[in-house]
Amino acid sequence: MIQTDEEKKKRKFKSAGKMRDIMFQYYIDAKSAESNGKKVAWITSGGPVEPLIVMDVIPVYPENHGAMIGASHMGGDLCEKAEAMGYSGDLCSYARADIGCAPVNGGPISGLPRPDMLICCNNICGTVLKWYEVQARYFNVPLFIFDTPFCHTGFGDEARKYVRRQMEEYISFLEHACGKRFDFDKSMEVGRLSLAGQRLWQEVLDAAAQKPSPITAFDAFFFLALIVTLRGTQTVVDFYTELLEEMKEKVDLGVSAVPQERYRLLWDNLPVWYRLKWLSDKFASHDACLVADTYTTAWCGSMKYIDENNFIDSMAEAYTRIYLNIGIDEMAKTVFEMIDKYNVDGLVMHSNRSCKPYSLGQYDIQRMVQEKKGIPCMMIESHMVDERSFSESQIATRIDAFMEIIKQRKS
Amino acid sequence: MDILHEFHEAAYDPYGYAHALKDQGKKIVGYFCSYTPEEIIYAAGLHPMRLFGSKTDIHMAERHLQSYSCSLVRGAMADVLAGRLSFLDGTVFPHTCDSIQRLSDIWRLNTNLGFFADVVLPVKLNTQSARDYMVDVLNRFVHDIEKYFALKISDERLLGAIETYNTIRSNLLSIYELKAKNPSSIKGEDLYAIVRASMVMDRDELCVRLPEVLKGLHQKASAEKAVGKRLMLVGNICDHPDIYSIIEKSGGDVVWDDLCTGTRYFDGMIEVKDMQDPISAIAERYFTRQVCPAKHSSPTARGEHVVKQARLHDVDGVVFLQLKFCDPHSFDYPYIKEFLDGAGIPNMILESEDQLPPEGQLLTRFETFVHML
Ligand code: SF4
Ligand code: SF4
Repeated sequence: MIQTDEEKKKRKFKSAGKMRDIMFQYYIDAKSAESNGKKVAWITSGGPVEPLIVMDVIPVYPENHGAMIGASHMGGDLCEKAEAMGYSGDLCSYARADIGCAPVNGGPISGLPRPDMLICCNNICGTVLKWYEVQARYFNVPLFIFDTPFCHTGFGDEARKYVRRQMEEYISFLEHACGKRFDFDKSMEVGRLSLAGQRLWQEVLDAAAQKPSPITAFDAFFFLALIVTLRGTQTVVDFYTELLEEMKEKVDLGVSAVPQERYRLLWDNLPVWYRLKWLSDKFASHDACLVADTYTTAWCGSMKYIDENNFIDSMAEAYTRIYLNIGIDEMAKTVFEMIDKYNVDGLVMHSNRSCKPYSLGQYDIQRMVQEKKGIPCMMIESHMVDERSFSESQIATRIDAFMEIIKQRKS
Repeated sequence: MDILHEFHEAAYDPYGYAHALKDQGKKIVGYFCSYTPEEIIYAAGLHPMRLFGSKTDIHMAERHLQSYSCSLVRGAMADVLAGRLSFLDGTVFPHTCDSIQRLSDIWRLNTNLGFFADVVLPVKLNTQSARDYMVDVLNRFVHDIEKYFALKISDERLLGAIETYNTIRSNLLSIYELKAKNPSSIKGEDLYAIVRASMVMDRDELCVRLPEVLKGLHQKASAEKAVGKRLMLVGNICDHPDIYSIIEKSGGDVVWDDLCTGTRYFDGMIEVKDMQDPISAIAERYFTRQVCPAKHSSPTARGEHVVKQARLHDVDGVVFLQLKFCDPHSFDYPYIKEFLDGAGIPNMILESEDQLPPEGQLLTRFETFVHML
């Protein structure tokens, strides 16, 4: 399907430019923090960032940086540097890229600003614990670990008590590191903004339920950066409000994200950052739209545990019960819900060698999906930011074969 | 020593041993990882048994686990699918690495071996809240066992279990210390068999046998001067007993280790303070024993520990034994190496999967390393 330039332009998001500007400004602010007398904290992507915002500390996300490194095709080189430092090539490529980047200030923005402190929340993996230990040794700065017990089959009282107490410890850690008191009134406001941001982000993702969809998972991977990095600020709320408006306009004008959307697919796991365009084009060439994914949903998936009037207390629970910190049967339930909600014809699973907590168990989830929902599934294997691991021709063949099955089933 | 024969049998055919035990009416609970609160399982009158996964038909795990999970995880899954663990009355998964975490889910959903528990321990072991949480989690575990097996675990039984484990651990430590002092007193493969069998054999039996072994070794310990270079193994589990004899052939001698199948298993005694409840005492040991890389006590704890132990035991060189796809250990390797380099302790790394490289090749690598020392 050949698109004219006019059509292509219609499909583009005007908000994309704005978001680039916001992110650009965010990184400028972060990189000039020291000269502005501000402190910088490195924090894991699923970490409780709101207290940092209350304390006026600039949060920086090595994982978001990792995604940028991947998208700029600089991952392989930086991972290689980490390997030369002795890190195994089988480790998470976010971690390798970041560890390889720190001593040389490499990557698309010449490295992240030096942290004054490190905040590691293990609700996504055990990798971040080890990775932040590496950086704590390298930068010789204090490390706070927010330990979120894994919820295999539920969230017990012991865990609830433990994470709440850690919220207090976290606050006193920050008070100590910043030399000032924690402002609880301000925390209410930040909490409100965080929740508002998460709700809007969910709405953005929900729009994909429309047929045809105005947005693809690839767009979501792009727009995700704000809810990750600036959660808890007005900027996020304003931006997603505008994005939603733009999406509504598109729906009114009948502009779909994929020109001839015939097949709708669900993506599982992190994106393959250095092949976003290729994958997007590849699926679009089959008239397939990846309408949703399990990854970007993770930043609004535990809203139900947040009590707006008691944010600080309830956020401890919400951060513990996020998508990656639950058993695979719970994860499968979320996948079933998404299959129904977005009305998808097939599931594309990224078996991500970088991320064991996300990937081990996928075979079982795949079987559950096939049994319960009867839709075809396929697997793509890679390391999400290490482009050396991607075998394009093999994956192209697989996608073609998979799409054949989907087409036959639908005809 | 004849008595060692028993240890070798249990170490090399743990499932055979388990079946025999089962025939005597014992209930067996399998577990992963050295952070399992074995004392509680034992106090319930159950037999705790560490699962390592055999290396047969490991491909059977492919239906559930990607090729990039470690061979320990895949081996265990293959065993359970092949029915080799039919003697189990239950399994316990303490929270450790990401791979074990997911293995637990897959296990829970695909096997049916009676009792099942996740013991979600804290990951950081350096705060009061983590201590309190640890106690809560252990109490919950007590409760889960009591409920499932319909029994009561009294404080008395727990105190008895603590005593049993202290006996086992202190004897293992003494045997290790003897080896370190007088390397020719016991062969590496025997030492390996002893510590590994200690995770398999009946614990009461161990309390009798281990002191006997120790006594025998003391009697045998001659003034023979050790000839081999003194080596220390550092890594996850050693699943390759041949390593010890190959190292000896190459002119080295393993005198100490930092392994799950070694000192990390028995490090740290449990001290029950006045009026202290036994569960808190058990919990406390996890905060004082040497830390495993899947847990956190400080960013440099393991590096310091390894260097300290290497010095204490007069080690000439360190061999890192790394299981491929093991994240926690792979993350620690570069810095521990740096610490060792800084301390002037030569080291090498050997990465393996379910199979070791051919013996000839290994011998050459060890010889090259040992000659350098
Ligand atoms: S990709 Fe996976 S392993 Fe890597 S930091 Fe993220 S959650 Fe952890
Ligand atoms: S060897 Fe490493 S990856 Fe495998 S179970 Fe042990 S800690 Fe986990």
